[in-house]
Amino acid sequence: MSVASVVAHAPYAVAVWLLGWGLYGLVSSRHLVHLVLCLGVVQTSTYVLLTAIGCVGGGVAPVFVPGVDPSVRAVDPVVQAMMLTDVVVEATVVAMLLALVVRVHERTGKLGPDELQALRG
Amino acid sequence: MTSAARMAVFTMALAGLVVALLWAFGALAPVGDVAGAYGQLLNRVATNERNATDVVTAVNFDYRGFDTLGEEFILFASVAGVAMILRPSRRQRFTREQRDAVEHLPGRARYPTSNAVRLMALAMIGLDVVFGIDIVVHGQLTPGGGFQGGVILASAPLLAYLGGDVPTLRRIAPRPLVAMAEGIGAACFVVIGLVGLLAGAAFLENVVPLGPRPPGVLSSGTIALVSLATGLEVSAGFVLLLLTFVEESLQRTSKGEAGGSP
Amino acid sequence: MSGGDRVVLDGLRVLALALVAAAGPAVVLARDPLKQTIAVSFYGLLLALMFFVYEAPDVALSQIVVGAVALPLMVLLALVKIRRNQAAQALAAREARRAAGEAP
Repeated sequence: MSVASVVAHAPYAVAVWLLGWGLYGLVSSRHLVHLVLCLGVVQTSTYVLLTAIGCVGGGVAPVFVPGVDPSVRAVDPVVQAMMLTDVVVEATVVAMLLALVVRVHERTGKLGPDELQALRG
Repeated sequence: MTSAARMAVFTMALAGLVVALLWAFGALAPVGDVAGAYGQLLNRVATNERNATDVVTAVNFDYRGFDTLGEEFILFASVAGVAMILRPSRRQRFTREQRDAVEHLPGRARYPTSNAVRLMALAMIGLDVVFGIDIVVHGQLTPGGGFQGGVILASAPLLAYLGGDVPTLRRIAPRPLVAMAEGIGAACFVVIGLVGLLAGAAFLENVVPLGPRPPGVLSSGTIALVSLATGLEVSAGFVLLLLTFVEESLQRTSKGEAGGSP
Repeated sequence: MSGGDRVVLDGLRVLALALVAAAGPAVVLARDPLKQTIAVSFYGLLLALMFFVYEAPDVALSQIVVGAVALPLMVLLALVKIRRNQAAQALAAREARRAAGEAP
């Protein structure tokens, strides 16, 4: 287990670590807003994984201002494009979940996932 | 299922998942060894083909423009969802009088906005707007684009809300105007795509002239235009989210019954 | 890039990953939503740092603005609404009890 190999596999380990903690937070949550933010942590584990997939050894950022040779080794731009829209869109999805939480609290007065049991018409 | 039982089941499931994931990731090549062929090809040709120096923005709004259209409409739908979920409903559990009475409960702490916050917010609004427009407009040249610049622009009414109060926010960003801006931004994206169809090429194809050769603000054809439309849509969307969450009191209509703004 | 630069960059990357890995559990373990909001905001900044060190400036830019500004703001506004509804609930309950108590 050389240092280089640890560095090379660290992002995958961190992605799994964050996924595990996020899922634990989801399952053991006692407050709906806390639950929504733990879902955000699960989302960030996918960002770490995508960063690792797009990384190119010795590559620079894929921005070739005049003066930079376009054939220099650069990081994968398609994965970055995916991540960037992902970040912005997931924030609005979290906003929608928060709106649902506010509504649920208004209707039932309860904020704990365990207390929300029965469906009422 | 009791909480303890649920945790036990979860621990077993999580252990299995972690083992499976680590085994799968261990079989992947080490980070940085594999360079995707599509990405490498795009890096080499995008600058010449599209006259844009920021390849990520070119990928977002041109090469994979259709995917970005889908993502933008996810954002649009989420904002519409929030506005719909938080609309004033008739079966409210608390009347407006009860909600207003909460404001005047004795012992409820009222913290006036500190002068430092007000000054900072006021000073930052102009900078914020200029910076946001800069990021949106230079999206195809330097790291930036519609999404990033749009969120930066959306922070300007937010600063107004932080440094002022709700009526200030409502005057700066009236809800019908913001909703219209969001719709126009989303529609422009689609219209630019249709322009490609009208010109005889594919949907969202880059049919607009590519602009001056050392890439400037007007270069890269539809990429710049789509970036502007996206910037408008994203910023208006986030301001609309802010307005929806801030809508505390229902506006009274002329009939005297409580109704919300559209 | 030269060997020395590569070593420094690798070191920075490991550091950024370590910070992110430390901050993730902190966000989950902060049970009170208000404290969790601050943790989420800081976590977003650490993620942006990680994106930056991994040569993804576009993603870092959007993560900074979204994760440190827009997201915590929306959580805080949702918490404000919930707190107001809670106060209104308490008020309504008190009024109902007073009405029931007064009616013989």
